[in-house]
Amino acid sequence: MAECVECGAELDLHEDLEVGEIVDCPTCGTELEVIDVEPAVLDQAPELEEDWGE
Amino acid sequence: MRVGLLYSRIRRDEKLLLSELRERGHEVEKIDVRRQRFGLTEAPEAFADLDVVLDRCGATSRSLYVTRFLDAYGVPVVNSHETARICADKVENSLALAAAGVPTPTTEVAFTVESALDIIEDFGYPCVLKPVVGSWGNLMAKIDSRDAAEAILEHKETLGHYEHKVFYIQEFVDKPGRDIRVLATDGEPVAAMVRSSEHWLTNAARGAETDSFELDDRARELVAEASEAVGGGLLGVDLMEVGVDGDGADDYTVHEVNHTVEFKALDDTVETDVAGDVVSWLEDRVEVDG
Repeated sequence: MAECVECGAELDLHEDLEVGEIVDCPTCGTELEVIDVEPAVLDQAPELEEDWGE
Repeated sequence: MRVGLLYSRIRRDEKLLLSELRERGHEVEKIDVRRQRFGLTEAPEAFADLDVVLDRCGATSRSLYVTRFLDAYGVPVVNSHETARICADKVENSLALAAAGVPTPTTEVAFTVESALDIIEDFGYPCVLKPVVGSWGNLMAKIDSRDAAEAILEHKETLGHYEHKVFYIQEFVDKPGRDIRVLATDGEPVAAMVRSSEHWLTNAARGAETDSFELDDRARELVAEASEAVGGGLLGVDLMEVGVDGDGADDYTVHEVNHTVEFKALDDTVETDVAGDVVSWLEDRVEVDG
């Protein structure tokens, strides 16, 4: 479990979480970046910029 | 082998690769590019003793510079800087394909609105205006009339960055509502899918429907040639079918080769274990280079 930094909702996270992974808050929709896994710590994900993508 | 996985975000694509690498017993160093500093002569500590670095940066600018630094340090990286340099820029991409004799849509570039309008009028309507650097179909414009052309060019001119004043104009290819994405390793197809949409843009990132696709000999030949034209590596080759009738396509045109290819949509669509095949290719490559 971890808390959304935007709305404070509790997130139920999956087991194979990776640092750097992006998860969506199911309550407010904010994209959150996994900063740490044990215990899980989330922060707001960086915005995608113009040159992102394949 | 010791693999450095360079990233800004861990997407599902990177998770698939990480799982595959770890399951096979490889040592993986995850390297967050945002936390690295690159000097002129010595590789940062995170890159020490790696057999290969897999560039999964996501951002084109980061990918271009990091691969250049790794080249300078002598650290093997997939894809190479040369491949990244060609694939990151649509002008370079088109020039490389044309020089290799790979069929690619007719394209012209101009630097002023007036010259761009001349090209558009010569091409006729519709035609397509693309940003030279960009992805996921962002900022692509299908131009249906002179009025639209004037408005779009004026908007692009005011966007600010000089790249938006490089007007890359391409013929509109009347594809059969779909295009083909082939994931290839050094020109050898791993898997292919068609991306279909009612919209003229058929990027999976824009919600196009996907289905597996069996490549014929001609498509395989073009994938190999397109890969070689950009320097090889782990690539996403995009083709469109031309001259389609009841018997299928007469030929293909290659509109793009992507160097930081995403493959989660492909992995969901085909039977092939895409990450597995990519890791096997990486193992072979390290063995040969090692």
